[in-house]
Amino acid sequence: MEMIPYTVEAREDTGMNNAKLGIWLFLASEVMLFGGLFSAYVFLRLGAPAWPEGGSILSVPIATFNTLILIGSSVTMVFSWTALKENDFGKYRLYLGVTILLALLFLAVKSFEYSEKFSHHLYPSSSTFMAIYFTLTGLHALHILGGIIVNGYFWGPGSKMWTSDPERFTNRIEIAGLYWHFVDLVWIFLFPVLYLL
Amino acid sequence: MTESNNHHELVFWRKYIFSQDHKMIGLQYGITALSFMLFGFSLMLVMRWQLAYPETPVPLIGWLLGDDGILLPEVYNSLGAMHGTIMVFLGIVPLAVGAAGNYIVPLQIGAPDMAFPKLNMASYWAYFIGGVIMIVSFFVPGGAANSGWTSYPPLSVIATTGQTLWLFGMIALITSSLLGAINFIVTIVQLRAPGLTWMRLPFFVWTQLITAFLLLLAFPPLEAAGVLQLMDRLAATSFFMPSGLVVSGQILEASGGGSPILWQHLFWFLAHPEVYVLILPAMGIVAEVIANNTRKPLWGLKPMIYSTIFLGFMSFTVWAHHMYMTGMGTTISAFFQTTTMIISIPSVVILSALFISLWGGSIRFNTPMLFALGFLPMFGIGGLTGLPLGLAAADIHLHDTYYVIGHFHYVVAPGTIFALFAGIYYWFPKVTGRRMNETLGKIHFWGSIIAINGIFFPMFIQGLAGVSRRMWDGGAGYAHAQDVLWGNEVMSIAAGMLMLFQIPFVINIIRSIKHGEKVDDNPWQATTLEWTTPSPPPHGNFAALPTVYRGPYEYSVPGRDKDFWPQSDPEEGA
Amino acid sequence: MNTASGASGHARTYLLVFGTLAMLTIVTVAAGYVSFPAGLGIAIALVIATVKGSLVAAYFMHLLHEQKAIYWLLLFTLLLLLIMFGLFIGSALDQGGIPSVS
Ligand code: HEM
Ligand SMILES: [Cu+2]
Repeated sequence: MEMIPYTVEAREDTGMNNAKLGIWLFLASEVMLFGGLFSAYVFLRLGAPAWPEGGSILSVPIATFNTLILIGSSVTMVFSWTALKENDFGKYRLYLGVTILLALLFLAVKSFEYSEKFSHHLYPSSSTFMAIYFTLTGLHALHILGGIIVNGYFWGPGSKMWTSDPERFTNRIEIAGLYWHFVDLVWIFLFPVLYLL
Repeated sequence: MTESNNHHELVFWRKYIFSQDHKMIGLQYGITALSFMLFGFSLMLVMRWQLAYPETPVPLIGWLLGDDGILLPEVYNSLGAMHGTIMVFLGIVPLAVGAAGNYIVPLQIGAPDMAFPKLNMASYWAYFIGGVIMIVSFFVPGGAANSGWTSYPPLSVIATTGQTLWLFGMIALITSSLLGAINFIVTIVQLRAPGLTWMRLPFFVWTQLITAFLLLLAFPPLEAAGVLQLMDRLAATSFFMPSGLVVSGQILEASGGGSPILWQHLFWFLAHPEVYVLILPAMGIVAEVIANNTRKPLWGLKPMIYSTIFLGFMSFTVWAHHMYMTGMGTTISAFFQTTTMIISIPSVVILSALFISLWGGSIRFNTPMLFALGFLPMFGIGGLTGLPLGLAAADIHLHDTYYVIGHFHYVVAPGTIFALFAGIYYWFPKVTGRRMNETLGKIHFWGSIIAINGIFFPMFIQGLAGVSRRMWDGGAGYAHAQDVLWGNEVMSIAAGMLMLFQIPFVINIIRSIKHGEKVDDNPWQATTLEWTTPSPPPHGNFAALPTVYRGPYEYSVPGRDKDFWPQSDPEEGA
Repeated sequence: MNTASGASGHARTYLLVFGTLAMLTIVTVAAGYVSFPAGLGIAIALVIATVKGSLVAAYFMHLLHEQKAIYWLLLFTLLLLLIMFGLFIGSALDQGGIPSVS
């Protein structure tokens, strides 16, 4: 007997199950987290006597490449979810696996970028711009890492639920996807703000 | 069926330590938070000794402070910062939300548990870890954080290691609050019993809902600020460090270009909503207790609910009234003064509605009701003394004086803490099946309310005379403060008395668990759902999920033989 | 919903969205190389980012078919975000920049 209601099925008057509302609340708080950081960025920039153009310090082509990777991983994430809705577990695993690989690739490129900066003696302490750059992308990278762990769990041990409770498992992948797309969305704003403006 | 069998077999550590039952987690929160409050209060007693009897050895625990037992200025600063931090983040919020909310909300909405039991457990343990980090920070070189609970840079950035631990501790506490907030909102939105429409929701649940939204959306910017300050401290960035800062006669090595004011914005973006986190659940408890003991419906329940919602929203728009003295421009200052005046309206509406609810009731003066009644004027004083602080012209004089300390302590100490006491006395029978002793309760109440006014009222007098807060010598070095220095000893003696008057409370709790008067499931003849289940409620709370037929405070409905009408009573008509 | 045709119809939508996102990415980067007046450049970049973000939210996070409660939650959050942004910018400007000690 399941004790807590609406873990899988939607409640009639709200039209949602618990996890759906939960993840959106979490994302709302994430909006405020990154919102706070963006506000800090604007505040510091408005007060600064001069501000470097991102592209003159950072590599735009590399970041463009990374942007495309992340967008691509969002698509594969969505496909892994629709695969489950089509009852195709093999396809699900394939797409989720690709999502994870793309995420790892993103991190690899990012750490290459970091080491590139370090080798030019550019550290967080070098300037306010570099401080913002490292902190914001670092925090974003932590979110990517979190996503990799969650998705890795659902690719591996967590996928056992597919046999016992497929509907709930599909919901979980949807939730994981919502988080993943959000991380993508944050990058979509980080990219122009840090690299292009 | 298998479920319930399993629960009888739960081993000790699953039942009491890593429990996922909201009631056990609520109790864990309650015990931990009360211990922290006692600790935070003890820190203040040590400080009050120094303020009343400057540079004399502190009795009893003096040996902890060094050879001569005198509280040194550096340590005073640490104790002050940690008193504030512990009281706010480790005491009141966990008690009001983590304990009272966790235990009562699912019961009041007729739910078997919180929506995410594992998350609930994680939330407690994140809180616990945050607390441990804060405690550990007392033992690192330089002692615990000493830049005030507000941790203003640049001071906090160049402060000793304790500040780093403070930041890590805060991040754990913020994580805990975020997990809790998500859980509360989902629980209240999704798990309400059939028939429990929004306007039938008890006021306490409403206050918890709005509180959860405040925690959810106001804490992340502070988390961001915490990360930035950590970067400043650990990676030598200058988010909050201006260029050319001179420390002890030397220009500080830092890349510069940052802004200390940025920290204040991010900090107060949280910390103003935080004061409503401290007060809303308290108002919720007081409303429950007052309705129950006047045997009348609350006067103006709907306006109270709308006021709470409005208050919650407005609390995001007033934060910079803490920053009038930062050199902010007049336009922005005018904006924040206006919003601050506006936000006082809903508080007044709620307080007035509670006062008017007393009118014409046949009041039962039991201990919970006494504390609830004590809350009303105390919160009134706290609120009204806040208005001058919201106006920049008056704030120039009052800012950072003991007047501010007096103001917000009236709100949180005889305000929120009294409400929490009311809640403890009121719900104790639900948790244990026994009632707390009334005589001890009354001693606790009368002793506390007299002592607490003895502490905080003189603060207004000192503050108006211009005595600054956070002064190790309590103003002795100020010429203009000489006439009000008598207050220091009065306040300190009153603080000692307040501690003594908590003894009957502690005895009462411990004694009543085993020896309190046994009572039935609904000893206060109350209407809300938590009183329809056994005391203590079993795992899963209700034998069968209840259905709700009416509003939360149907007391003394004309034409009925009983003077209360439970929400889940299906009977039709009057 | 779970029929194959419905799903492949969705697949086409998702790929289309991906194409648009990729294209917009190239466009912003290209726009970065054109020297617009400062304000205009920033506006273009932010507008494009907003469009991209909305596409992700609308299709990948299927906000187009979501419950009212979620809309309210997000609207409220965005409102707070705007308040925070506006007041931060407002106070930065009203204060006349960052005070510096030197
Ligand atoms: C009931 C017993 C309490 C007493 C006797 C007491 C006393 C004091 C005093 C004298 C100060 C000023 C210290 C100074 O400026 O040097 C202070 C500061 C403070 N108290 Fe309390 N307090 C009590 C309870 C509380 C509670 C319940 C809260 C919280 C919710 C609280 C929160 C604070 C905060 C935030 C500060 C400011 C700390 C700072 O300057 O950074 N206090 N308290
Ligand atoms: Cu405030």
